Amino acid sequence: MSTDTPDASADDAPTRAELAARVDELEDALSEATADDDGKKMSIIATKGTLDMAYPPLILASTAAAFGYEVTVFHTFWGLDILHEEHSKNLKLSSVGNPNMPVPNAIAALPGMDRVTTSMMEKKIDDNDTATIEELLETSLDMGVEFQACQMTIELMDYDEDDFFDGVTTGVGAATAIQDMAEADIQLLV
Amino acid sequence: MSAEFDITETLDVKGASCPMPVVKTKSAADELAEGDVLEVLSTDSGSMSDIEGWAAGTGGVELLDQQADGDVYKHYVRKTE
Repeated sequence: MSTDTPDASADDAPTRAELAARVDELEDALSEATADDDGKKMSIIATKGTLDMAYPPLILASTAAAFGYEVTVFHTFWGLDILHEEHSKNLKLSSVGNPNMPVPNAIAALPGMDRVTTSMMEKKIDDNDTATIEELLETSLDMGVEFQACQMTIELMDYDEDDFFDGVTTGVGAATAIQDMAEADIQLLV
Repeated sequence: MSAEFDITETLDVKGASCPMPVVKTKSAADELAEGDVLEVLSTDSGSMSDIEGWAAGTGGVELLDQQADGDVYKHYVRKTE
């Protein structure tokens, strides 16, 4: 509390109308801020770039958008390839280290085998009318999903900001992801 | 077919699999006016649970009915706002 207050000229004191206007202004700001908080948010961190692991973040992102969530997907390390215009069309699947696939590791490790398993998976995706990665990306972008490409890993992987699809946000880092996660109702690391 | 409501639009997503039936239903619902009824035709057996869950978790829509008609799953969604 300031002792100056009583000395201030009466002319400086806000009028009743000014105070009322100020209260209205604050009430508007409050209701605007509260309305924003009502929106549901989801934050996904996508770290993998194999064909199979590119699906979960995109399926969940587009579906959450359909539920009315404001969705952010933060792509880092190999997850960047999902947003990379060229690499995104050529995501690979390897059966090395995946004992559920019908190819023994010793054979899966042979040159060219990743191409075989990738073709097998692509055929299954096609036969099953499963959406392609590109379709899911486009759909998600149309629905307002925000895709972010981690700046540190863009540089680490020697990518260029122009390598990514239109609409992808670059120039973001871990703090942006943390801020999104802190505000989100659902947070996922894929 | 139930006589309790008139169908305004039909969305045919036969052949499409998860997540497209829900995603396209949402986009189609966005184009409708309050009170309109959207019929969704899908061959995805997961759509029975998925569209029910989507309608329950989304504001402004109400699931009126779901029917399995052979290989086709029919969903009826009313826009409520």
